[in-house]
Amino acid sequence: MSEQSSSEKIPVTVLTGYLGAGKTTLLNRILSEPHGKKYAVIVNEFGEIGIDNDLVVGADEEVFEMNNGCICCTVRGDLVRILDGLMRRKGKFDAIIVETTGLADPAPVAQTFFIDENVGRKTRLDAVVTVADAKWLNERLKDAPEAKNQIAFADVILINKTDLVSPDELSDVEARIRGINPYAKLHRTQRAKVPLDAVLGRNAFDLDRILDLEPDFLGGDDHDHHHHHEHDHGHDHGHDHGHAHAHAHGGLKHYHDEEMQSIALHIDKPLDPDKFFPWVQDLVQKEGPNILRCKGILAFKDDDQRFVFQGVHMILDGDHQRPWQAGEKRDSRVVFIGRNLPGKMITEGFEGCIAK
Amino acid sequence: MAASGSDTVSVVERTRPIVIDGGIVAAHFLGHTAAFVLGEEAIVIAPPDGEPRRVEAHDGAILDTVADDGRVVTAGDDGKIVATDGEGASKVLASDPKHRWIDHVALGPDGVVAWSAGKTAYVQAKDLRAFEAPSTVGGLAFFPKGLRLAIAHYNGATLWFPNAAGAAPEKLEWKGSHLGATVSPDGRFLVTTMQEPMLHGWRLVDRQHMRMSGYAARVTSLSWSAGGHWLASAGASQLVLWPFQSKDGPMGKTPRLLTPSGHRINVVACHPRTDVVAAGYDNGLVLLARIEDGAEILAKKPGEAPITALAWSGDGRQLAWGTESGEAGIVNLG
Repeated sequence: MSEQSSSEKIPVTVLTGYLGAGKTTLLNRILSEPHGKKYAVIVNEFGEIGIDNDLVVGADEEVFEMNNGCICCTVRGDLVRILDGLMRRKGKFDAIIVETTGLADPAPVAQTFFIDENVGRKTRLDAVVTVADAKWLNERLKDAPEAKNQIAFADVILINKTDLVSPDELSDVEARIRGINPYAKLHRTQRAKVPLDAVLGRNAFDLDRILDLEPDFLGGDDHDHHHHHEHDHGHDHGHDHGHAHAHAHGGLKHYHDEEMQSIALHIDKPLDPDKFFPWVQDLVQKEGPNILRCKGILAFKDDDQRFVFQGVHMILDGDHQRPWQAGEKRDSRVVFIGRNLPGKMITEGFEGCIAK
Repeated sequence: MAASGSDTVSVVERTRPIVIDGGIVAAHFLGHTAAFVLGEEAIVIAPPDGEPRRVEAHDGAILDTVADDGRVVTAGDDGKIVATDGEGASKVLASDPKHRWIDHVALGPDGVVAWSAGKTAYVQAKDLRAFEAPSTVGGLAFFPKGLRLAIAHYNGATLWFPNAAGAAPEKLEWKGSHLGATVSPDGRFLVTTMQEPMLHGWRLVDRQHMRMSGYAARVTSLSWSAGGHWLASAGASQLVLWPFQSKDGPMGKTPRLLTPSGHRINVVACHPRTDVVAAGYDNGLVLLARIEDGAEILAKKPGEAPITALAWSGDGRQLAWGTESGEAGIVNLG
């Protein structure tokens, strides 16, 4: 069989971030570290990258709609072409990095890996890494929908240029980010200085790596705080809030982004797959343009396997992951990140999937 | 699967194995000499009575390839278009001044060469002509007569007459991304492969649309049968043949489906003289199928790597095959 296991597929990391946030700085840092690896880099503008060993390809960011009547089913046409060309040189590099322009929507990039089978067969999306400017992100979240998309879509977010803001401003921008996307791994950086393993080799789109769906903690950091969304279920909320308060001193803030939110739901009763699948498919059909990403771990009735799924807009990908372990709590969690999500409808719909 | 049955006729023992270092992306015949195009840098020339030898053609990936009876023309990510003949002599036909990837290449009547880099299509006739497509060019195909080039792109295709100064290119519209193009041997139909697992066709006289769907994957290989009666296509676990005998082409008709199996067909190549199609599978199997009754002949047993290249010699007596991991062979059918 030609289907390659995920470990043999070439990982692709997508770097996003609004203009001037520090994407190129991060890219140069990745390429210049003494990691002994070779990268193929897909960029939109040549010039600022100092690369000797690596393969650099210029892209055009052509977003193509699929001819299936779905406006959010888009692929990056240039990526389909470039990845096909690059894979002819398999063996000349270890990984691929795609740097998008500051105004790019990450969704078509991600969807390319799910929609185009030839691409998905040989490469795998590793993670969407977003670089945010600590000083200017708050402004951009107000006036640039692209910036908000990039935060909402991210698996990893670098809050860069932290040296240019006060501790208060920093915790403020963190709270803004958390209000949109509580699940991304957050890193505070200056000049995009971050350990490489924080941005590469994340396996963020690997179904096998969906271990839990807990909001990210900045491990033990004293400015740390996070907040579960209002739709989250009671006992989680209480626990996490208490935890956050325990660590908080001074500037604990909570922002609720008016437009972009996450909805996290939890049910501890087994679900009926014959109810869940039609429901979630119908939901992404109707709300797909507004749902940027979703993920879930599901416990189905009379099923000894954990089922996991993830999605980008209307595209869903799911599979049995592993057997539920002895003593493991068989409950179901789903997370939706998106724009103006109908929280009540989603909550009621999910609760309607409980097996009778 | 039929091929694993002991009752299938086999020609496997008539294979001359060719050892190649590197993944194969295409095969061609230059007379009786087989040419295997690698994914990177080189072409392996295998003359009928001589050792195969490697000919360096590009400094990087080979992105597209096309051939006539005398030469293989390759397009590279080094910005070059290179012609290589059966003696192994290589010559650079053109170089992109900005070293852009040459994504596609096509050969027209009288050996005219066309290629594309990004959104720009070029034709080297008496002089170099350029056409700016509305998006990145997905594929190129010359018409059999006259100097007319079909250019596939996002939301349709354009028919361009490079020598007709002042003549507006003809636009054919169909929503979606078109990634490859082929013109029927009689010049009446244009068929494109799409980003979706389907083909789109236009009957050019009245621009009637033809939608050809039902594939499991994006169609990456098409081949016209001798006389242009059938269009064979890869992309499904059966050989899908669209009928083009009548003036309506496949409109309102169902395709003929041959060689059902549990594996995906990656490459197809129609015999140049008879209604027989070679189908290369992603499990390494190669079958020959007779269009009339679906009778099958085993040409290569399944192996580790997917078949990525198939080519018939002009007289139809030899079939060359190659795989993604570099196995290759020439089946002598006498």
